Amino acid sequence: MAPPRHLLLLLLLGFLAAASLAFTLTAAVYEDQVGLADWHQKYIGKVKQAVYHSQKSGRRRVVVLTEENVIASLDLRSGDIFWRHVIEKNDPVDELSLSLGKFVVVTLSSGGSILRAWNLPDGQMIWETNLQVSKSSKPLLHVLSNNKVAKDNLVFVLAGRWIYAVSSIDGVISWGKEFSLDGLDLKQIIQSPENDIVYAVGLAGSSKLNLYQLNAKTGETVKHIQESFPIALCGETILGSHNVLVALDETRSDLFLIELKGESISYNKVHISDLVQGLSGTVKLLPLMSNGVIALQASSTVSLLKLKGIDGLEVIQSFEQPAAVSDALTITEKDEAFAVVQHTGSEIEFVVKFTSDVTGEVIREKINIDQHRGNIQKVFLNNYIRTDKSHGFRALVVMEDHSLLLVQQGEVVWSREDGLASIVDVTTSELPIEKDGVSVANVEHNLFEWLKGHMLKLKGTLMLANADELAAIQAMRLKSSEKNKMTRDHNGFRKLLIVLTKAGKVIALHTGDGRIIWSNLLQSLRSSKSGEMPSALRICQWQVPHHRVMHENPSILIIGRSGADSAAPGVLSVLDSYSGEELNSLKLDHSVVQIIPLTVKDSSEHRLQLIVDSHSRAHLYPRSPDAMNVFLHEMPNTYLYTVDIETNVIRGHSLQKSCDNSDDEYCFSTKELWSIVFPSDTERIAISETRKMNEVVHAQAKIIADQDVMYKYLSKNLVFVATVSPKASGEIGSAAPEEAWLVAYLIDAVTGRILHRVTHHGAQGPVHAVVSENWVVYHYFNLRAHRFEMAVIEIYDQSRADNKDVMKLILGKHNLSAPITSYTRPEVMVKSQSYFFTFSVKAIAATQTAKGITSKQLLIGTIGDQVLALDKRFVDPRRSVNPTQQEKEEGIIPLTDALPIIPTSYLTHSLQVEALRGIVSIPSKLESTTLVFTYGVDLFYTQLAPSRTYDSLTDEFSYALLLITIAALVAAIVVTWIWSEKKELRDKWR
Amino acid sequence: MAAPRRPRLLPLLLLLALSLSLAAASAFQSDELLLHDDDEFEGAGARPTPGPPAPAAAAVSSSRRRPGDSSAAAAESSAVQFALEHDLGAGFVPAGSFSARLKSSAHGSQTLTKLRFTRNELIGDEKDAFKKLLDEDGFYSIRLLSNVLDPARKDYVVSSIKARCIPRESLDEHIVIHMDGVNILAVNYGSVGGCTYPRPVKMPSKWVFNSYTVLKTSEQAPRTPSFVDQLIEAENGPGEVVKPPEKSFWAKYWMYIIPLGLIVMNAVTAAANMPEEQAGGQGQPGAQRAPNAAPRRR
Repeated sequence: MAPPRHLLLLLLLGFLAAASLAFTLTAAVYEDQVGLADWHQKYIGKVKQAVYHSQKSGRRRVVVLTEENVIASLDLRSGDIFWRHVIEKNDPVDELSLSLGKFVVVTLSSGGSILRAWNLPDGQMIWETNLQVSKSSKPLLHVLSNNKVAKDNLVFVLAGRWIYAVSSIDGVISWGKEFSLDGLDLKQIIQSPENDIVYAVGLAGSSKLNLYQLNAKTGETVKHIQESFPIALCGETILGSHNVLVALDETRSDLFLIELKGESISYNKVHISDLVQGLSGTVKLLPLMSNGVIALQASSTVSLLKLKGIDGLEVIQSFEQPAAVSDALTITEKDEAFAVVQHTGSEIEFVVKFTSDVTGEVIREKINIDQHRGNIQKVFLNNYIRTDKSHGFRALVVMEDHSLLLVQQGEVVWSREDGLASIVDVTTSELPIEKDGVSVANVEHNLFEWLKGHMLKLKGTLMLANADELAAIQAMRLKSSEKNKMTRDHNGFRKLLIVLTKAGKVIALHTGDGRIIWSNLLQSLRSSKSGEMPSALRICQWQVPHHRVMHENPSILIIGRSGADSAAPGVLSVLDSYSGEELNSLKLDHSVVQIIPLTVKDSSEHRLQLIVDSHSRAHLYPRSPDAMNVFLHEMPNTYLYTVDIETNVIRGHSLQKSCDNSDDEYCFSTKELWSIVFPSDTERIAISETRKMNEVVHAQAKIIADQDVMYKYLSKNLVFVATVSPKASGEIGSAAPEEAWLVAYLIDAVTGRILHRVTHHGAQGPVHAVVSENWVVYHYFNLRAHRFEMAVIEIYDQSRADNKDVMKLILGKHNLSAPITSYTRPEVMVKSQSYFFTFSVKAIAATQTAKGITSKQLLIGTIGDQVLALDKRFVDPRRSVNPTQQEKEEGIIPLTDALPIIPTSYLTHSLQVEALRGIVSIPSKLESTTLVFTYGVDLFYTQLAPSRTYDSLTDEFSYALLLITIAALVAAIVVTWIWSEKKELRDKWR
Repeated sequence: MAAPRRPRLLPLLLLLALSLSLAAASAFQSDELLLHDDDEFEGAGARPTPGPPAPAAAAVSSSRRRPGDSSAAAAESSAVQFALEHDLGAGFVPAGSFSARLKSSAHGSQTLTKLRFTRNELIGDEKDAFKKLLDEDGFYSIRLLSNVLDPARKDYVVSSIKARCIPRESLDEHIVIHMDGVNILAVNYGSVGGCTYPRPVKMPSKWVFNSYTVLKTSEQAPRTPSFVDQLIEAENGPGEVVKPPEKSFWAKYWMYIIPLGLIVMNAVTAAANMPEEQAGGQGQPGAQRAPNAAPRRR
């Protein structure tokens, strides 16, 4: 008989071992964990040019060029990206064209100086040619289409005075030519259908038209004709037919029809007002590129005109704006088709016409389109052969919110929300609380759906489901799974990410899977008929319901400008965070230069906002007496500062009672309190950075190795400013180390006091910085060491440094509870250190957690468009070469010259957030975890635990093992109890 | 006070002025302290730290300045004067003047040294204006030209403080001037003591400015440490591998020893129990057991 105690002990040991195994946590993500807590979305941006694969290539693909400088190949059936290249911002791509039939796509960028060819199937670059060109307003790319000449498949590039012919096979320049005429700007290239002659048309000055006849093979000038016009031209020209050029004059009221004969130029002037009545606004020529039909765009209409030689024009049809006309598409050898899309009520009308019969219509389809997509902006027509061998048409449509749709057979086949490629600002909102009695099922689907779902699940469990049904079950599970619910969760992981895009669209994304919950194209931020382009500026919290107004939905405030100019009057809009409905919209009578969210709230929990206009007057919002009362109480202690990069001055202001010449009581004038003038011959402001307003700091003091205490200088008014020498403000390498320096400043924004100032010689920008707690980390280039560096400054408060005596603390003889004021001269101590860092950086942020207890990590957007999490301990100024035992215990890492890049600490693991622009860290309710949202052209979201998840069990924790262990223990107890009972009984019988 | 032409006269004059100010504080309105962060300006480390007994400190620094002066006189230098202006609520008016020496170094850069400050007395109107500022808790602002060599540019650096922070016994002010070459980058105007929020109105007993001025220039960042040389050395060296310190036997194996000990102890106690049980169970008569067993059988 085995003694029972041994068994117990063994079980206990086993349990301990199992528990310790389960708690072994990992810093990085395993391969099978990818996508559990993170999501990644790929976008391309607003499409500005699209070319389709030719009919014969079999693959249904389209290559697009976007305003985000992306070249992408999309699947026409689904809208998925086959391949994509994000070209750098300093190399803007102007033109895109298809060459060699179906193999090569050619792009022209950097003002016509770089010509690249890409392989169509996989997007590999085939060749790149650098061209020497003069400055041009608009470089042009022309691919010879005529096969007779194009044995060597020439591509023509026109830029300013230069013309180049480049072979599209290998990118070799077959000839290049600079015309010696001053001020010449080449506008068009016309291919002669018969022989090897090309015509280049250019404008010299504003009224001299030049026609060059060139040999396409050698570039020889065969003939040069010049013709002067009586009126200046505005430079907008299009080719009406193969030999008629249409040009607008400078006042945009007359059209010139210019016929180019082989020997001479003849022209005719037409008044636009004679043709089309009631035109208003700026008239534009739309590049239709078709035979004999041109399109004129005014602010209210788009008119189609038929060209009758050079004798005149005839209006075929006028469309009310908003409408868009596509390029002409060659259908047969003689005939071309083009599409016109216009709005009719809530639908859009898609009309396809042939140029040979412009009054007739091949297709007229009505398509329902989501209201929140705004007006149509561009259309790209494509044709296909239907099953009955007739011509079918489909089109890519670009909408006002930058989304891309494919319409075919009167339906939207797919749509891409590409406005998300140009996010301006991000905020978050909590989800509604799960209410008792209202189940999630009620919110998400009706009864039938619910029954169907359960039937499917039943099938799944009985192994009766087929592959499709299994996929449906999987999707349903994902949808109703814990992380994707539309209610608030205990850990605060589920939130709404509310983003504002450049197009003025507000989109709410769910953090669980990144799906769009609602979207709203703001009316106030849409372009008006007068052609003004409003710009979206910022999104911030407006009302976050708390205890008193819990029943109300939270709302957000969107601030924009009604024009591109900074002096344009502002617009405000308030949206409901849960539904996206616009609650209120306001046109301001002043401009918006600076937006200051205040920390105070009025009685209805509205966050108070100060908006500073270009006359440095501050305006209070919301405009209510209640808010005013709250604010007047705070006003003497409200200070603001402005950083003027142009004049190199930082100014601090206080607020005064009311505006001078205005009876608006919500307007406050400002008084300049301090200014810092950087000498413009030695310093130029590169960056200014402050702490995040909502940052929480847990510990005021830091206990260092020898049981000493250092008090952090925790001021919300700390501003970090970096200036660089004017010579070093250019690109890296443009300045010698002797003439480059970087000065870092720590400034108190209330008094303008310079707390610390340090010069880095031989350093230059670009500077990126992050300020958090009592430290600043900034990144710059060291010209002497030829490497990037990251420097850290930590600032400590010396005035509280003698509060170390425990007796003093007990007796209350300390100044820890004394109020802190900026007007007292601070005694600060500064520690700093710099380290080499391998990468150049696109953005830096610091992690933020709910209570600020968790140690910080730096989130670094690297040049490879990835996000690297670097522990703040690596950029600690107190690192030393040989840390003592005590320092090691404190967690000080031995000093190294370079910061380590640990491959497993990439947040984005294998993914890339193309054209990364911003990193946002959002605290969750769980102290250990922070939510990280990264945006650029792509979006990426993940959860990060900088000090590992110490306050919760990880997903991998084996609950089964725990239960089994407990059950085994209970069983063992019962068994041993029975044993002992039996034994006792036996003893008693003895 | 005009800047003396000959540098050798300066300390003497200064001493004279200081003694005068000590003798009759009401007659001479300004105390001054000359403090300088500039390294080239005599032994910076030996300077006394700024403290309230201004005249003494000034006297020390002036007497110590003599060797510095002679070296400064070797370099080309010229006097510069610029005004401090203040705002008592009705616009900026002159309130004092700084005089300094412009020093040109060999490679063309210019610096200001030997800054001296003279404060104007508050005259009747100004006193009233200051009292008004104190009453309404207003801001007292000062400003300086940012480029002292080119006054036409009219770029001013401004600094302000709540007027109620200034009065103590007299009007105590602390001015920090941040310099970059000859340019004044910023001026930080502050009180000498603390100034926490509920600022009570307190009138000074003496309407005299007691000024402390500090000149600050930029610090140099230390060079980033580079261990490349050491690394190369280590690679070329005999490849000495640093062995981790040997742990004691107990430190290494405690996690095995404790459970083992427990098991052994358990086994021992169990083994000790076993013979007892057997003895009791089988009822073997033993010498010691016999007396115990005997009563039961009865």
